[in-house]
Amino acid sequence: MAEPLLSVRNLKTYFYTDEGVVRAVDGLSYDLAKGETLGIVGESGCGKSVHALSIMRLIPSPPGKTVDGQILFEGKDLLRLSDEEMRHIRGNRIAMIFQEPMTSLNPVLTIGEQIAEAVILHQKLDRRAAWERAIEMLERVKIPLARERVRDYPHQFSGGMRQRVMIAMALSCNPSILIADEPTTALDVTIQAQILDLIRELQQEFHMAMIMITHNLGVVAETCDNVVVMYAGKPVERADVRRTFQDPRHPYTWGLLHSVPKLYERKERLIPIEGQPPSLIDLPPGCSFAPRCPFAMEICVQENPPDYSVGPDHTAKCYLYSEHATPEEKKAAAEAGLLASTRTS
Amino acid sequence: MARAATPRQIALELERRRREAAGVAVGQSYWQIARRRFLRHRLALIGAGVALALTATALLAPWIAPHPFTQIDLQRRWQQPALTGNLFGTDELGRDVLTRIMYAGRISLVVGYVTAVTISIIGSLVGALAGFYGGWVDSVLMRLVDILISVPTLPLYLILAALVPGGGVGRIVFVLSVFGWTTVARLVRGQILSLKSQDFVEAGRAMGASEGRIIFRHLIPNALAPVIVASTLVVGNAILIESALSYLGLGIQPPIPSWGNMLQRAQEYLLKASWLAIFPGLCIFITVLSFNFLGDGLRDALDPRLKT
Repeated sequence: MAEPLLSVRNLKTYFYTDEGVVRAVDGLSYDLAKGETLGIVGESGCGKSVHALSIMRLIPSPPGKTVDGQILFEGKDLLRLSDEEMRHIRGNRIAMIFQEPMTSLNPVLTIGEQIAEAVILHQKLDRRAAWERAIEMLERVKIPLARERVRDYPHQFSGGMRQRVMIAMALSCNPSILIADEPTTALDVTIQAQILDLIRELQQEFHMAMIMITHNLGVVAETCDNVVVMYAGKPVERADVRRTFQDPRHPYTWGLLHSVPKLYERKERLIPIEGQPPSLIDLPPGCSFAPRCPFAMEICVQENPPDYSVGPDHTAKCYLYSEHATPEEKKAAAEAGLLASTRTS
Repeated sequence: MARAATPRQIALELERRRREAAGVAVGQSYWQIARRRFLRHRLALIGAGVALALTATALLAPWIAPHPFTQIDLQRRWQQPALTGNLFGTDELGRDVLTRIMYAGRISLVVGYVTAVTISIIGSLVGALAGFYGGWVDSVLMRLVDILISVPTLPLYLILAALVPGGGVGRIVFVLSVFGWTTVARLVRGQILSLKSQDFVEAGRAMGASEGRIIFRHLIPNALAPVIVASTLVVGNAILIESALSYLGLGIQPPIPSWGNMLQRAQEYLLKASWLAIFPGLCIFITVLSFNFLGDGLRDALDPRLKT
């Protein structure tokens, strides 16, 4: 594999609060190749958004701090750049779109002014050229009558249109990476599909890599090449999108997939994941998922599992794949469908 | 529609109609909505009209004043106000009171306007810095505000006015500005505190905007409405305090007339020539009142919580 565009190594972002240390992201690693789409999936509060803000170096500090790890972008560690250099990366090389299109635009500036601002900031264009670029970008994101609407204010746009504007802003400087933090969560379902299509289309057009942060498995299936499943700040499983869905190895991934209805499967009940995700303050030792895991073993509550390789480019943080699991325990998991394809190993 | 409409024009027109039908007025920005609301506010309109008229009269004084500013006519001292001759009467030197009031208005209004502008700028800056950076910056600045607010102002004004040399507009504006920015600073700080946690600020950062850009381009413009309201009220207030200081002899120094020092001179002759006090007093009263009406109207018009 060629040198990855972005390489996150053992990223740890902690928040130091009065109640204790919140390990929001705790040892996240992945590679992102040019043009690849990586999905980061997990429940609310699992650290997926914090990880995105860590890449952008936008963690509010105090209380937050990226305490360890590397974020190598084109070979340079973003965590070591000066603020000035980082500003040049943000919006220009790595752009981000947020969950809430309704509030992510400045209400007192016109749409055009806001898109042009990004361009003026990074591309050294004059006002007129930047304005033209804003109109062009609005057309690219399929806002009808872009030349007129560029003078409108955000409150004159619907949620879906605002998200289009956010996309236009993010792409206006031709970034190499787009971080989409739950870009469709706040939108109607029909609009969600349109926005996803638009993002995918523009990704191809602009040859961007993308990090798609979502809790929506449908979005992942639709857009991603590879997937990292996060739980309680840790990446518990990593695989390409096909394997994630067809052959999940971590009990959490397995649980996630079983709690979602499938169109072509008749099922009386969905299987929910029992219990609640843990508070990230002062986590006990052991696998964070163990209290909710139907296959938990003794070792699971004592020690933190490392990554076990469970296939080509497929890892899972789970002792089921180690010598710690007895044949009976493996069998129980297999019967539930978790280890269905362990037959080869 | 025009006969030779291009497809583009047709599309535009359709879009305009669609938006009209949807109840979204075409091209209505926040400021346009505010203007419409303001125009419905009768008292505010009257206030604005009077304030404008007073300003215009003062500005145009050299051209429209009935008598030359420096004219002294000892033959016509103590003339009572009369429709023929001196409309507002004459003073102890035979100077036309109307003329002097018009020229005094220049001074008093300049004091009001300049003070309002300096106070808005200082207050916005201090408030924005305190609100945006928080922490010790906030603590230091806000304690300073607390101190300035808890000190009785009139004696302070007097001391400061006595310390700062000169007796002109510069001194009075300086004195008023040094103590006047606190209200605006608190207002802006509160606004910034709630604004800075909004998503568009985060989005701005993610776009690579510097802190300065975020403060001046994204935060302060959003906090402007209450500042405008406050500064309108400052105009009236500044004129009042200037009068008070002039009355105590520490404001604008004669022979430059201000409404305040005209009042002060008039007290010697209050029984003999009451019009010398009445007209400057009336001017102050009307000005302050109209600026307050204007401020109230602006407050209602710019309140973002009111839609329609």
